[in-house]
Amino acid sequence: MGMLSGLKKRLRFLYRLFFRKDKLKIGIYGPPNAGKTTLANRILRDWVGEIIGTPSEIPHETRRVKLREGVKIQVDGKTITIDVVDTPGIAAKVDFHDFLKYGLSEEEAKRRAKEATEGVIEAIKWLDDLDGILLVMDATEDPFTQVNVTIVGNIEARKLPLIIVANKIDLPNASPARIKSAFPQHYVVPISALKGINLESLYKAMAERFG
Amino acid sequence: MGVQINLISKERLSKMGSMEKIRMILDNVKEGKIVVLETGLTPEEEAKLIEATMLEIDHENFVGIEVESYPYREKSLISRIFGKKHGRLTIIGPANRLKTIEKQEDLIKALIT
Repeated sequence: MGMLSGLKKRLRFLYRLFFRKDKLKIGIYGPPNAGKTTLANRILRDWVGEIIGTPSEIPHETRRVKLREGVKIQVDGKTITIDVVDTPGIAAKVDFHDFLKYGLSEEEAKRRAKEATEGVIEAIKWLDDLDGILLVMDATEDPFTQVNVTIVGNIEARKLPLIIVANKIDLPNASPARIKSAFPQHYVVPISALKGINLESLYKAMAERFG
Repeated sequence: MGVQINLISKERLSKMGSMEKIRMILDNVKEGKIVVLETGLTPEEEAKLIEATMLEIDHENFVGIEVESYPYREKSLISRIFGKKHGRLTIIGPANRLKTIEKQEDLIKALIT
C-alpha cells in the first residue's frame, strides 16, 4: 500500500515535469494565525477584486478548505492561471480552552475545536491534489516548529514546488532571516499580506516556480 | 506520581508498520506516557499521526499531542535518489504535559509536567 502510494506520487511528479497544466492548484498552508487567509485575500483582491474569507485573531478561523478557481496572475510578460486553495491551519493539538480567552462561550469553543480538528484533516488530505504550495510562516515567531518541519517534509516527499512566505514583516520583531536559516534549501519571500508589502516579489516567484 | 517514558529502539521500530507505530504512539500518549522514538517517523507518518490525533481529540481528556524531532536528514545517495527521508530522534507526549522550551537543529529542550 505504502509502495503504491509512493509510486503514485513519483508518477505524478514525472507527469508534472513533462505536461504543464493550463491551470494550477496552489495551496496556502501553514500553522494557525500565520496569515493564510489574509494572503489569499490579498492575492484575490490584487487579481480578481474579491476576497475568500474573513481573517480573525482567534486561531482556527478557517475550518474548511476554500477554493477560488481561475485566478490569472501576470508578471513580467508571464501569465499563470491558478486555483487558490486556502486551507485551515495545521496543528497537532486543538484545545477548546484556548478559544475561551477570546470571549467565546464553552459551547462555541467546543464546536470551534471540533470543526478545527476536521479542518486539519481536510488540509492534510488536500496535499495530494495540489500543484504547488505557498507555506505561510509568521516572521515574528520561531519558524523551527514541528508543524512547519512536518509540512515542509510532506511537500518535499511529494516533490511539490514550494515557496515559503515569511509573513508579517511590517511588525517590528519580524525576522525573515530566521526563516531562511531554518529552511535554507527553500526559496523564502518576505512579505506583509496585510499591508501589501513586497507582493510583487511573491507574484514573480510564483510565476517562475509554479508556471 | 511519576511520568512513564517509553524509549523505543530503532530495531523495534523497524519491525513495525506505519499504522502500528501510530497506534502504539497514540495509545501510550493517551495514557499520559511520553514516547521517545530512536529513529522517529517519516514526514508522511507524521502527517498520518496528526490526522489520527485529530480524530481522537475528545476536548475533555485528550486535546492533542506535542511532537518534537530533529529535522530530517537524507543519509545516502540512494536515499537522495529515491527521496526517502529518515526520521531522527523524536519525542511525543500529551499536549497538556509535554512542553517544548527550545528547539534548534541539533538540540531539543522540553519540559514534562
